[in-house]
Amino acid sequence: MALSDAEIVRRTYWRENRRWMLILGSIWFVVSLGCGVLWVEPLNQIQLGGFKLGFWFAQQGAIYTFIILIFTYARVMARLEKRLGLEEPEA
Amino acid sequence: MSLTETTYWVVGASFALYILIAIRSRAGTTQEFYVAGKGIHPVANGMATAADWMSAASFISMAGLIGLSYNGYGGSVFLMGWTGGYVILAMLIAPYLRKYGKFTVPEFIGDRYYSDAARVVAVICLIICSVTYVIGQMKGIGVAFSRFLETDYETGLFSGMFIVFFYAVLGGMKGITYTQIAQFCVLIFAYTVPAIFISLQLTGQPIPQLGLGSTLADGTYLLQKLDQTLLDLGFQEYTTSVRGSTLNMAAFTASLMIGTAGLPHVIIRFFTVPTVRAARASAGWALLFIAVLYTTAPAVAAMARLNIMQTLAPEPGQHLAIEERPAWFKNWEQTGLLGIDDKNGDGLIQYSADPETNELVKLDNDILVLANPEIANLPNWVIALVAAGGLAAALSTAAGLLLAISSAISHDLLKRTLMPDISERQELTASRLAMAVAVLGAGYLGLNPPGFAAGTVALAFGLAAASLFPALLLGIFSKRVTREGAILGMLAGIGVTLAYVFQHKGIMFIPGTSFLGDWPPNWFFGIEPNAFGVVGALVNFTVSLVVSRLTAPPPESVQQLVEEIRIPVSPRSI
Repeated sequence: MALSDAEIVRRTYWRENRRWMLILGSIWFVVSLGCGVLWVEPLNQIQLGGFKLGFWFAQQGAIYTFIILIFTYARVMARLEKRLGLEEPEA
Repeated sequence: MSLTETTYWVVGASFALYILIAIRSRAGTTQEFYVAGKGIHPVANGMATAADWMSAASFISMAGLIGLSYNGYGGSVFLMGWTGGYVILAMLIAPYLRKYGKFTVPEFIGDRYYSDAARVVAVICLIICSVTYVIGQMKGIGVAFSRFLETDYETGLFSGMFIVFFYAVLGGMKGITYTQIAQFCVLIFAYTVPAIFISLQLTGQPIPQLGLGSTLADGTYLLQKLDQTLLDLGFQEYTTSVRGSTLNMAAFTASLMIGTAGLPHVIIRFFTVPTVRAARASAGWALLFIAVLYTTAPAVAAMARLNIMQTLAPEPGQHLAIEERPAWFKNWEQTGLLGIDDKNGDGLIQYSADPETNELVKLDNDILVLANPEIANLPNWVIALVAAGGLAAALSTAAGLLLAISSAISHDLLKRTLMPDISERQELTASRLAMAVAVLGAGYLGLNPPGFAAGTVALAFGLAAASLFPALLLGIFSKRVTREGAILGMLAGIGVTLAYVFQHKGIMFIPGTSFLGDWPPNWFFGIEPNAFGVVGALVNFTVSLVVSRLTAPPPESVQQLVEEIRIPVSPRSI
């Protein structure tokens, strides 16, 4: 059975959404539980100014990355919605 | 003008502002009362969310929690956990619940799992999480008043209740949103100003986040100095001391993250923006505003800890004489946050990691933020500002929690379950009544805090992580999870988490009823009770998925609902 155009748009949107969630979610994991907790000891051997790098990730770097991740996600999803004609009317 | 007078003026001015806003933003419909008419700009909602989120604990206690109790690096679990949750919220929860477009979290769970039983279980989970949380805020209001304004605890609590009552009952979400924006401005200003002063004094760098990595006057790095000073006194190094084990730190961080993404009073803030796109952007703004405080806090933690230790021991082996202790030290001794005991009778204060010889017998976490301006000799208006900021943090979070509780009662229990025939007007009256009762109830619990109140704010996260978060996530990302799966999953998750906490901390936290004892060898893989939410969540996921396989799939209409919330607008058929 051939898919309707609407169904193709729906599936494309969801596939792209999942792809971005996977990419950004991996970075989220790496900077927090990865650099901040699991690999903190080797990273602490590296000095960044007055910070040990692992400590810096755990107390500052992870948070800055989180902000960038959310704004990136908001941006790519808005662009995807524009491309697929799924923009919401402004209320 | 005396310090108390200045404080009265500053706090009084901030309260007058909140009341003015309340009068101007009364709610006329249930849509305004529950979700502020869905017309809040994403940046404004970001600010309101930040104030909603940052509680008395974030403002007053977190720096001390990091700098003292968790000795530096170990405290990172709070920093990463309480911010990383917003990434999950922005990608996995908020956009889809905004698309669903109704008023409350239990409402979504009830509709998605086509069952009033699921709705009621969600309401119960919501009330358990939110009530434990609100008690902490009410106590924060009473304590802040009594310390800064020299009133007694009750007077402070009643003043706070009066303000919340005024704007929450009149304006609902609409009034709460606009006051939260004002409260965010007050609290962030109050938190960063003393931090900038301290950073300047210690490192010459005005930005605390950079000051933490800068050098002191003697040319050594601040963190290096702190590590060395702590080692000299017999403590662990500040920058590397792990809380429990690596696994415990990972579990604690993960529990706080998914707990954040499952707390109803945060999720409903994203119902107030006009579009799905705005909900995603708003989560980014919220985290940006939160990060201003959350990246300043670790700097305050390290700098204030160093300040206190250098006051007590200016040089290694040199100790402060009890007679010569500064005025702020005596002031805070009177409140019981600091305490000394000259065990060896030499007239000096020996501070060390060894409880046998340590003479600074009481060093409360809250002291790092509360006494910070006095330790650094800052002017009175800065100290007054800290009082107003602490109150703003407590009031804004209390109001958000009370709205989550009262809307679950008036909308989910009354309108959607017990009395579906009531009119819009009657429901608005009911929601105001529910809010009034919730404020009075919270005040009562603040006056008579139950024995278990002390350990409960962290518990609220564990419970939200183990009960509501998996039900929401599966409801969005699986069409196959059934009502039986979700209900049993929520009950299993919250049950396992409560059982674990009770078996180590005592049933309802009553001392002596813990049957396994509160000590690390009995912890499951070394995971402390506050970090157990992530295990509860895994149990919830497993039970939900297995039971769903064994029960009949959800009806076609529910699968349709899931399709619809995944996409901002239906694609046009060509």
